[in-house]
Amino acid sequence: MPSQIVAVGSKVGLHARPASLLVKAASTAGVAVSIGRPGEKAVNAASLLSVLALGVKNGDSIEVTVADGDNSDSVLASIVEIIATDHDA
Amino acid sequence: MFKGIGVSPGVVVGPIRKVLAEKASGPVPADIDQVLKALESVATDLDKSAESIELEVAKEVLGAQAMMARDPSVIEVLEGAITEGVAFDVRPIVEEAFGGFKEQLLALGGYFAERVSDIDEIQSRLINKLAGIESAGLTLTEPTVVVAEDLTPADTAALNLKFALALLCSRGGATSHTAIVARGLGIPAIVGCEGVMQLVDGAVVLVDGRNGDVIVDPLQDEIATRTEKELKIKARADSITGPGRLSDGTSIQLLGNAGTIDDVRAAVKVGAEGIGLFRTELLFLDSHIEPTVGEQVKLYSEVFQLMAGKKVVIRTLDAGSDKPVPYINAIHEENPALGVRGWRLTRTSNDVINRQLEALAEAAAGKDVKLWVMAPMVNTPDEARDFAGRVRKLGMLMPGVMIETPAAALHADHVLAEVEFGSFGTNDLTQYVMASDRMDSRLSDMTTAWHPAVLRAISIASDSAAKISKPVGVCGEAAANSLLAAVLVGLGVSSLSMAPSALAEVRGFLASIDLDTCERAAQAALSARSASEAESRAREILEG
Repeated sequence: MPSQIVAVGSKVGLHARPASLLVKAASTAGVAVSIGRPGEKAVNAASLLSVLALGVKNGDSIEVTVADGDNSDSVLASIVEIIATDHDA
Repeated sequence: MFKGIGVSPGVVVGPIRKVLAEKASGPVPADIDQVLKALESVATDLDKSAESIELEVAKEVLGAQAMMARDPSVIEVLEGAITEGVAFDVRPIVEEAFGGFKEQLLALGGYFAERVSDIDEIQSRLINKLAGIESAGLTLTEPTVVVAEDLTPADTAALNLKFALALLCSRGGATSHTAIVARGLGIPAIVGCEGVMQLVDGAVVLVDGRNGDVIVDPLQDEIATRTEKELKIKARADSITGPGRLSDGTSIQLLGNAGTIDDVRAAVKVGAEGIGLFRTELLFLDSHIEPTVGEQVKLYSEVFQLMAGKKVVIRTLDAGSDKPVPYINAIHEENPALGVRGWRLTRTSNDVINRQLEALAEAAAGKDVKLWVMAPMVNTPDEARDFAGRVRKLGMLMPGVMIETPAAALHADHVLAEVEFGSFGTNDLTQYVMASDRMDSRLSDMTTAWHPAVLRAISIASDSAAKISKPVGVCGEAAANSLLAAVLVGLGVSSLSMAPSALAEVRGFLASIDLDTCERAAQAALSARSASEAESRAREILEG
């Protein structure tokens, strides 16, 4: 399962629009995507409530893991990009 | 008859319709298919509301709520819990499914904790759908008095209020969302009106939004009397224009409260002599990060342009308490109303306030506007001096402070000596003098500026101000109540700032009385035992 650690780019953390964008992308990815703090329990990235409950702030490191599938690597790249981007800039 | 707090005046008669009706009583049985279908239907309703509303912030909130209603983790828990056919009562199961998330978000505090009310609303919509109780999103097809426990922003977005005759809520206080929406629509509204949820759909009621009275099956006579009185007040308001003055010619400056450019336009329209309170929070609340100096300059410039040649009182950021700004009020406070808010933010976010003052100075440079700048929640002479120093250093000549804490009112001789003017924020001053949360409808009898203790605080401060010739005004809800406005004038206030929608009426009323009458009414109110006695004594003298 491909995974990557990424720093959260959004000033508000994973909340509001950045969280919605992430959840939308994860729920339409076609493969299971999970996120969590490195070394801690990961949650379903398609669940807005789970993502919010992580309480992720700007600059926090987040590990993204994508289940094995045909397009796992491209899904990982696009999810990582969403998390790394500052959507309010 | 039901009695509540009238928050938007007007008299109407019509059939009622309940929204987000009373919580389903008794168990709500359902199987997993029904629950999932209902959840999806809640999500679809929210999507539709998100599409129909124009306000970008509300759109995002509603969109996020729809995603929460479709949350796979919640659905997973529900599927695990409702396995064998019909569950006897799904309410505890639903609470369980969302409850864990609510606890986690609450523990995170701030911005995250605010989402809990969004989840509560999804739950209540879901349960109501399963119980067959019609939920918000109902389309009114005929003129209707909308009755609810309380109306959230999502409710009012979902409701088509074109046919709403009046809004009636069993909960909420004078500053609740319902009050703001109703005044914006110009329809009568009453909040904190206990018992109205017992009314059945279709019952005909008279709503008197000025007095807070709801009369079931009103008699023709009653309708005629109340309508006539209301019309008389409106006619008096329409007949007088120009600057505010009493019948003896004493000038009382009438200004508008505003938070947006639209509000400023509304103030211009009703002939306000300027803006007595421009709230700067919205720009900060609307964005997830601090607005740049450039963005702020743009907004303030627009205000100055619309009010060219007139007085504009800008209040510096009043974040905190009931208006938390996530990137500023990041720390969870046990008691936010008494915490780091208003000017106290200089203790934690000094740069934000300095940048705002810079933006104000930049926007005002070279403009034809009488800019007054005031700080909220100033408590001590030292704070007032600090503020005034910063404002003057930037070339702005009129620093002032809100008088909204008991300390500032009791110590006004020293506090006002540091600045050029004072402005009573009666909403907070009332809350702090009475030590009663103004959002709590259970305490609504104590959260009124009519209380003699509040009036005495105002009286002490305005007497101090008069001794050192510093003008004091009022920029709270109290100024929008004609009788109270007259009492405040009698206490020594020289300007009144209010929601533009209330201005014409206050102007009309003030034109019918002289200063001596105002002073007598003020003295009568000051010596009363209770808020209601103060009001009735003042009424007797003023309407005499």
